[in-house]
Amino acid sequence: MILIVAEHSGGQLAKSTLEMVTAARESGREGPITVLVLGQGTADVATAAAGVADQVLVADLPALAQYNAELWAAATTQIAQEGEAHTVIIGGSRSGREFAPRVAVRLDAPYLEDAIGLKTSGEALQAQRYTYLARVTETVEAEAPVIVVSVKPGSFAPAQATGAAGEQYDVELDLPAPRVEVTGRSVEKSSRVALTEADVIVSGGRGVGSSENFTAYVEGLADRIGAGVGATRAVVDAGWRPYAEQVGQTGKTVQPKAYVALGVSGAVQHLSGMGKSKYIVAINKDAEAPIFKVADYGIVGDVNQIVPALIEAARK
Amino acid sequence: MKILTLVRQVPDAEARVKISGGHVDLEGATLVIDGMDEYGVEEALRLRESGAAVEEIVALAVGPKRVEDALRTALAMGVDRAIHVETEEKLDPIALSRIVAQVAQAEGAGLILVGGQEADWDSQALGAATAERLGWPQLTWTNELKVEGDALTGRHDVDDGNESFRATLPAVVTTQQGLNEPRYPTLPNIMKAKRKELRKDALDTYGAAPTVRVVSSEIQTRARLNKMIDGKDPQAAAAELLDLLRNEAKVIA
Repeated sequence: MILIVAEHSGGQLAKSTLEMVTAARESGREGPITVLVLGQGTADVATAAAGVADQVLVADLPALAQYNAELWAAATTQIAQEGEAHTVIIGGSRSGREFAPRVAVRLDAPYLEDAIGLKTSGEALQAQRYTYLARVTETVEAEAPVIVVSVKPGSFAPAQATGAAGEQYDVELDLPAPRVEVTGRSVEKSSRVALTEADVIVSGGRGVGSSENFTAYVEGLADRIGAGVGATRAVVDAGWRPYAEQVGQTGKTVQPKAYVALGVSGAVQHLSGMGKSKYIVAINKDAEAPIFKVADYGIVGDVNQIVPALIEAARK
Repeated sequence: MKILTLVRQVPDAEARVKISGGHVDLEGATLVIDGMDEYGVEEALRLRESGAAVEEIVALAVGPKRVEDALRTALAMGVDRAIHVETEEKLDPIALSRIVAQVAQAEGAGLILVGGQEADWDSQALGAATAERLGWPQLTWTNELKVEGDALTGRHDVDDGNESFRATLPAVVTTQQGLNEPRYPTLPNIMKAKRKELRKDALDTYGAAPTVRVVSSEIQTRARLNKMIDGKDPQAAAAELLDLLRNEAKVIA
């Protein structure tokens, strides 16, 4: 079977899980598509998963109320072994890419990390992935009785429900005691659409000028057109914006339909996080800024003048 | 406590990546120590300087002869000793973790520092895979770290924000920007580094073989429209951009 570890938050199935189902269907690997739901209070998640999977295995336990790499790895490994999975698919989120390698080591399996494409080639499973700060697309392959894959968010279309709902089963797990104690948590909540799920992102760089300008122009435009808000590393380092909004090598990787970069110069590290966006829009007063090389639409001009005009025009 | 810090050598972020014969060609590229690993080396030094009981700091690199340069940089920053497992073989992180785990055990390391994401393989897997082989906990994307006795505390980034944590050594920690500002090696320290031990190990000692094969590499550039709008008249520019986004790209309503 193909085992997919569901991603979910706030009691809802994440879009990334639907994308993993598509990856499984496109992989050419045989056997039922099985979604494993780990967590607490996951009834809605399991029901949503059943709409796209052949079967759903549910571990709805207090011990799984909070994600922990070792618990997730232990649970996934146990189910993969019991179900004789030949393919284990895990989300390419920060947490997914943290516990997936543990699963690979436990299963003595090769690990295809952060796949953007998946197919069978002879006996091997082939994945496409980005390397060199997303400047290179590499095709890699592995051949083994079981292979672990993580799937880059936004790389596959979300799976549509198949009609018949898959069966749901409760599973029992042997879980280790967590060894990392979480002593504090700061969740960066936003009333806006999550960055990795947004169709349109408005993002700001140092060229925006100040934290106040960022609020007025970047957030202002995002709210006007119903977009998510992103930021460059420089802006996060300057303390204007929270890290959760950072796009780039050390932040989030996004692939929206449109990425509107305001006062963003376009450093390689930033491009590696947004360069695959369908349309890129750049507004920057420096005509030489590298961002214009990857832009579909560019305006050389002052963000402080162009953006208020945009916000005003978008009202109509 | 001994600290093992991983050092990788990667092309400079601004360097042009070339492909020849379907594979990445680093000939002529400026190669540097991976910035993420630099945070690890720096953090090891800072832990010692801040009074944690650090017996020795050892840097480990796996790769061809040229990787020595990255180890020399780490030695010049202040690492005590280096180990170079010399090989031309391209090892994926799962295979590489076999070597790291064996070296950690042989050295009796209590803390391993690894870069949060590799600038060449774009991988985040090495730290976690190594922790699993050793049966240790791991903290990834760490931006604050403190060691007192065998207690490890700090803060790290998670999916939707950040968490403060407490764990007990031994452990694997992966780095993240913001952890520290790596120092530049001074000339006297660069000189001193030349006399520090740099041990060479052969790959076959460790029984690590690649589990993933690279079939091909290519540079895919999406063709961009590159339509430039004159920004002299902000109202006109804004109207034109909106029209393109609504009616040509059809990405906003």
